[in-house]
Formats: sequence, C-alpha cells, structure tokens
Amino acid sequence: MMRTRSKIARWALNIYAGVGMFYLFVPILFIIAFSFNKPRGNFNIVWQSFTFDNWLSPFSEKSLTAALWVSLRVGFVSTIVSTVLGSLIAIALSRHKFRGSGSINLFLVLPLTTPEIVLGSSLATLFLGQGFVNFGFVTIVIAHIMFQVSIVALTVRARIRGFDWTLEQAAQDLGASSFRTFWKVTFPLILPGILAAGLLAFALSMDDFIITFFNAGSTVTFPLQIYGAARVRIPPQINVLASMILFVSVAILLIGTVSGARRQASMSGSRHTK
Amino acid sequence: MNTALSVPTRQRVGRNADRVGLGALVIASTCLVALGAGWVSGPFRPVVVLVFVAVVVGLLVLVAIGGPQARRLLAPYGLLQPGILWLALFFLAPVWSLLRISLSTKPSRFSVDYTFSWAFENYTTAFRDFGKQFEHAFVYAAVATVLTVLIGYPLAYVIAFRGGKYKNVLLGLVVIPFFTSYLIRTIAWSTILADRGPAVAILRNVGLVRLLEALNIMNNGRLLNTPAAVIGGLTYNFLPFMLLPIYVSLEKIDTNLVNAANDLYSSSVRAFRKIVLPLSVPGVFAGTLLTFIPAAGDFVNAQLLGNPNTTMIGNSIQDQFLKQNNYPVASAMATVLMVSIASLVLIYTRLFGTEELA
Repeated sequence: MMRTRSKIARWALNIYAGVGMFYLFVPILFIIAFSFNKPRGNFNIVWQSFTFDNWLSPFSEKSLTAALWVSLRVGFVSTIVSTVLGSLIAIALSRHKFRGSGSINLFLVLPLTTPEIVLGSSLATLFLGQGFVNFGFVTIVIAHIMFQVSIVALTVRARIRGFDWTLEQAAQDLGASSFRTFWKVTFPLILPGILAAGLLAFALSMDDFIITFFNAGSTVTFPLQIYGAARVRIPPQINVLASMILFVSVAILLIGTVSGARRQASMSGSRHTK
Repeated sequence: MNTALSVPTRQRVGRNADRVGLGALVIASTCLVALGAGWVSGPFRPVVVLVFVAVVVGLLVLVAIGGPQARRLLAPYGLLQPGILWLALFFLAPVWSLLRISLSTKPSRFSVDYTFSWAFENYTTAFRDFGKQFEHAFVYAAVATVLTVLIGYPLAYVIAFRGGKYKNVLLGLVVIPFFTSYLIRTIAWSTILADRGPAVAILRNVGLVRLLEALNIMNNGRLLNTPAAVIGGLTYNFLPFMLLPIYVSLEKIDTNLVNAANDLYSSSVRAFRKIVLPLSVPGVFAGTLLTFIPAAGDFVNAQLLGNPNTTMIGNSIQDQFLKQNNYPVASAMATVLMVSIASLVLIYTRLFGTEELA
C-alpha cells in the first residue's frame, strides 16, 4: 500500500516535470513550425500552408538582415573587450588575496541586481548630460560591455575557482619568465572558462533589447528590428533566422560538451599512462 | 634590481603598496564618476582629469620602481583597473546622473537642458500618475516569481536526482529554448494565446473557458491582452533564472544524506522536508532575486501580451523617456524602481549572502 502510493507520487512528479519540459518547448516548436508557413498578408501568425520558400530565401528581408549584421558586429566587438576586462578581474579575484576584494565582489554583483531598464535609462542620461547626441553603434557597444563585464568576471571566476595557482610557481622555479609562465601555463588552463564566458557574453549581447533600446539612437539591432516590425508586419523570415540562431547555438553547445568530455577523458587517460 | 629609491624607502613603499593600489583605484573611479555625472563643471573639469591621469600614471611608475614586493601587492589592482574603471564610468556615473536628472527641471517641454533644482515634485508626479504601474510591476513580478518556483523546482529536482547519466542532456534541453531571441519567444506566445490561436481553441473544446473566466485568467473569452498573459510571459521568459540556481543547489546535495534518512525509516516526504528543502533554500533565494529583478523592470511582455490597463512601470519609464522626452519624471520612476529593488536585494543578501548570485 505504502509502496504503491510512493510509486504513484514518484510518477506524478516525473509527469509534472515532463509537462514542465514540454511547456518550455511550446513557443520554440511554434517558431520552427511557422518558419515553414506561407502567410497570407503581413502577419505570419495564422497557419496557411506548408512551404520551403522561407528557408530558401532567409535573407530576403533586407532590413532584417541588415539588423542581424549590426547585432553580430556589436556582439563581436563588445564580447572581445568585455571578455578581456572581465577575465582580468576574475584572475585578480581568484589568484590574489588583497585589500578590498570583498567590496569588489559586491560591486560586480550590483549591475546584475539592477533592472535593465535602470541600466539603460541611466546610461542614456549620462550620454545626454555629456551632450553626446550621437547615439548609435558606439553607445550600444559601450552599453553592452558594461553589462557583460560583470557576467564575464563572475563566470570566469566560478570556472577557475579550483585552479592550482602553485603551477605558476613551479614554472617559475623551473626558470620560466612570468610572461612565459602566463602564456604557457596559466592561460591554456583557464582558456576554456574564458571561452565559455565569452560565448555567454556574446549570446547576451545578441539578445539584449531593453538596454539597447535606450542607447541605440537610429541604429537598429536584430531585437530592435523585430520589436519595431512586430506592429506592422511579422515576415516568416524572422522565424527562419530565429531557428537558424537556435540551431547554431545548439551546435556550439554540443561541440563544447563533446570536446569538453573528450578533453577530460584524454586528461584522465594521460594520468593513467603515467 | 636597480631603482631610484633607497632600500628603506622601497621597503616602506612595498609594505604599503596594497593601500596605495586600493586608494588609487578608488580615487580614479571617483574622478570618472565626478566627470561623467557632472558633479564638476567649468575650470574644475581639467583639474579632475589631471588628478585621474596623475593617479593612473603614478600607479604605473610605482610598479616600475617599487621593487618586487610592491609589484606583487599591486598586481591585483592593475588587473582590476580597466574593468572597474569601465564600470565606474558606465555604471556608477550613470546612476548618479540619473539621480541628478530625477531632481532637475527643464525650462520648457521641448528643451533638452535641465537645471538641477532639488525638484522633488518629479517624484510626487511619478507616484501620483504612475502608482498603478508600480503596483502592476511588483504584483506581476511577484506572482511570476512564485510560478517559476512552482514550475522550476520540481523540474530541477527531477533532473538533479532522477536524471542519472542524462542529467547534462536534460539540463541542456532546459536551456535550449532560451537560445532563441527573447522578443521572438514573446511574439510566439502572443500567437499561441491569440483569439484565433490554438490555446483558446483547445480550452474551448475541453470546456475550461468558464472555469478560467471564473478564475479571472480569461476575460470575455480572451487569453491574450489579459494580466494573466503578461504574468505567463514573465514566468516563461525568466524561468531559467529560477531553475538553474535551484538545480545548482540541489546538485550539490550529497544523496547519501537522503539515503541515510530513508535507512533510518524516514518517509521520503519527511526526508525531503528535513534535508533537501533546507539545503536548496539558497538556490531558491538566488533564483528569486534573479527572476524578480528583471521581471519587475520588464516592459516587453506587458507591451506584446498585455493591454493598456496592464502596463508596468517599465512601460511608463520607456514611454516618458523615449516618447515624451520627459527625462526628469522618467528618471524619478527609474530611481524609485532601483531603490526599492536595491533595498530588497540588501535585505536578501544580509540574510543569505552574495555567493549564490554568482
């Protein structure tokens, strides 16, 4: 009696979780399905008939493609800068014990605990106050770096928490210069963490809407284009490009997981041969 | 090492190098905030610029001549400097400038100049005209946060304790939907919930419409453009921010503890309540912050899924700022939002620490 009841409870929980998982995918299935729709009129929101046309002409919406290109450029520039700045902070925090590290930790969390709308509007007041009327690519990149730095710093710090810094001493005892030690020992070991943080920063930049909205001026990024267009027309190319971005991210995720697993396997393998 | 300083001076510099480094970081950041936020004007600006340059250059000089001990102590500040100064200029200074503008007035409606005048009437305007929007923001965000716990906790639990070797695959599946653009996801929901969309059709066929009407989830046979739709959108979009921290805290739990409890004849419900639940509380609280904060400031869901009566404070800030160009009142609203959320965060972190947020 007791046993069957707990078994039922067990299955009920599994089913509940399964439904939750399904819920997560409902809009995604919709987005992918409607990329094959042949809409009548300007709004791709009612199912009409199946077609491959949209996938054969994913870049036919000129303004959408241009906006995607702007987003990629913003993401690229901001990710490089923020990954360097954030990783330096993370290295300082995890390798050194120093006066003020507690306050620095708190300071890094602050941008993450501030609503995006406050970050976006306050940065815009800064630019306005400086007579900085040239809102556009540069202001978007500045804004993105601002929220990426904290995320990169915290992600890299979490990833290199267990790093054995005495390896550096070992290298230096063996006569390596500190520059050589960094490039040959430290950097390769913390690189996976930095790359992961960089990918996360890039993804956040590509998808950011609220902060960008306040600092974009007349420059249009991919999310801004979708928002602006949503009231006038929703072409199926939006779904095609969104599905493409999804598939590319999943591919990157898979490659990362597989290569990470392989690296781990080869590392433990080499340890065994010794 | 051949330096210009005598040995005792060098040792003294070396011993205090960390104080110097921290001081330099603080002074340089303050200079940037002062310049960015407009604390200083006219002839004082070049002075502040000069102080900033002097501090940064002085630190480099100290590293060059200070000897190995000073170099070691200064190294972390050197690594921190670029990132922290960026945040000082583009995060701290903007917050000050927001506060300044929230207390400023402008001479006429279309003017872009403001004069700082302790204009607290911006705040009374914000509360008087946009009280409803503040209420919506906090109520919707709170309800959405509770819903993310109800959906996210069991899902995280099942993945963490019953996922076995598929744990990482399942976790990957949870994250995948959020690789599509936030806006497109929300637009997809508006299609699903639309009057002629699938959700309403299914509910009508199943006969749940009357129940949902009674629960105030549906309104006149509509799902879209209701408060429930806005809350649903917030719940969906911020679910991973709840699920992932909960998963992390559940994953850390040693299953032997649960096994031991079962061996000692504890029922599984009791084992859950006495062991798993308390140990996962940090994850729930981190998730609460990470969900509530963006949800309270959001305006996309209310814009795409709601109606003019369900606007949140984010909609009003965006409207006043970008459409009406009423920067003082928009800044006052943003300040109120920031301060109320900051006090919430402060209370939370006092209780649960900041570690879990990272």
